[in-house]
Amino acid sequence: MIIKVCVGSSCHLKGSYDVIEQMKAIIKKYDVEDLVDLQAGFCLGFCSQGVTVKVEEIEAPKVEQISDGELFIHNVNKDNAEEIFAKEIYPLLNL
Amino acid sequence: MDTTRVFDTNVQFLKYKVLKEVIRRAYEGGLENSYTEIPKIISPGPKSELRCCIYKERAIVQERIKMAMGGDKSNPNVVEVIDIACDECPIDGMYVTPACRGCIVHNCKEVCPKGAITIVNKKAVIDKTKCIECGKCTQVCPYTAIIAQHRPCVQSCKVKAISVDENKKAVIDNDKCISCGACVYKCPFGAIQDKSLVLDIISILKNSQENKKYKVYAIIAPAIVSQCKFGRVSQVVTAIKKLGFYQVVEAALGADITLYHEAKEWSEKKLMTTSCCPSFVMYIEKYFPEIVKYISSSPSPMIETAMLIKHSDPTAKIVFIGPCTAKKIEYQLAKTNHLIDSVMSFEELQAFVDARGIDTTQMEDTVLDNASYYGRIFAKSGGITKGVADVAKSMGVDGVVPISMSGIEECKMALTRLKFGKAAENFFEGMACVGGCVNGALCITHSPKNVFDVDKYGNEAKEKTIENSVKLYELNQKS
Repeated sequence: MIIKVCVGSSCHLKGSYDVIEQMKAIIKKYDVEDLVDLQAGFCLGFCSQGVTVKVEEIEAPKVEQISDGELFIHNVNKDNAEEIFAKEIYPLLNL
Repeated sequence: MDTTRVFDTNVQFLKYKVLKEVIRRAYEGGLENSYTEIPKIISPGPKSELRCCIYKERAIVQERIKMAMGGDKSNPNVVEVIDIACDECPIDGMYVTPACRGCIVHNCKEVCPKGAITIVNKKAVIDKTKCIECGKCTQVCPYTAIIAQHRPCVQSCKVKAISVDENKKAVIDNDKCISCGACVYKCPFGAIQDKSLVLDIISILKNSQENKKYKVYAIIAPAIVSQCKFGRVSQVVTAIKKLGFYQVVEAALGADITLYHEAKEWSEKKLMTTSCCPSFVMYIEKYFPEIVKYISSSPSPMIETAMLIKHSDPTAKIVFIGPCTAKKIEYQLAKTNHLIDSVMSFEELQAFVDARGIDTTQMEDTVLDNASYYGRIFAKSGGITKGVADVAKSMGVDGVVPISMSGIEECKMALTRLKFGKAAENFFEGMACVGGCVNGALCITHSPKNVFDVDKYGNEAKEKTIENSVKLYELNQKS
């Protein structure tokens, strides 16, 4: 699985780097470093809803609303990052 | 909008008018009739305004159309002479004007180191076979009666790549030329021009099918900040997106990473020159082959930025937008791994935006903020020096003794010292254009005040250090 944090100008100003740092720590905390590849992406196209995080290469998605193995999550910040990870991203790993 | 006021010179304006018309036709049709129709639009006649007759004037416009469409493909240089536009300027060198009063003191004769001046019939006469054109006589004459007549192109070329052929036309020696573009800006007749890649860029944009087939990114040089005489940078960014680009990224972001690499590289080598300015690199390669080993192996900010984009979007097509003629060479070099698909100048950007009927002043703002203060001040001479010194210090590396060389003449002096082991400095920042990119050959304006815009823009960056840009780079390296 790839977690791509938007670092386009708009998200950057809203704190992309804080989200990246937070995500790094969370991935370590949940011990999924081997399963998740954390990356940065230039503008994912949702400038007004940043910081946007895109989850890619989700294998065998069980959740219906995920098309093409991709999921966009908006309005992520350093405070809600863990909650979002636990609720929306971690289950997709099918562990 | 009155576009005539945007440019420094009428030559730039003329080039712009041709480009704009070519671009308009590439979208609205009629490109195939360019050579017959555009000259009549630019020079409606019936009388000529710029040349000896309307036919020559229009023929020169045809040559400019050719340059706008890519120029002579068999010539590897991006800078070309338009033969028929060259006005065969006088090449007499030192010339005694009628202002010579035949004075008694005749400083000119006394100062001449070659004894080339004699006083004949109470007038100074220069023996051309002896004259070395040192110019001393022009300085000492109390009546400033002796003038130096040099061709503006020859004078602008600090590497002496321009000569004059038997027909008095300017000729560029590609083996000597470093594609800095100084002559492009300085020729008063606009007879030396850079080739435009704008039609290639239009195909890239059109073939992307509105960024569905692949996404087209624009990397914009930090010097842009001094170029926005109409509207703000944030509005120019919106205008660029309106042209069909998916996203605009600051080259200054790559500059942060270049700084990081250069500081690290310096800590190992302890003696190094920068590598960001492609003309400066070419200058060392052609004129100081002995010190090529000192050129930093760090990729330029343009390439670093492109690598970041390609990492997050491997099918991306990337266009660099800047003030530089030499970038049009650099992007073709093998060492850049073809990461950049094309290069557009600020002049061409202005033509493109206007040809598409986009009024920058009416655009909403799109933020452009990725890079740090240091990345943004790369645009001025001395910017890298400041960055490397501070970054090295933060890495705990001491002993950087920098020099910033602004323009080829300063580069020549300092590099000569380096070559002979006489240099006191150990970090050499070189920029071919005097003042740096902010005064680049293809800048729309070249005001001395531009440098203040760069400082202001640097201070506006959210990131005050390169730390976060480096984190981004490392994140991409890992995966």
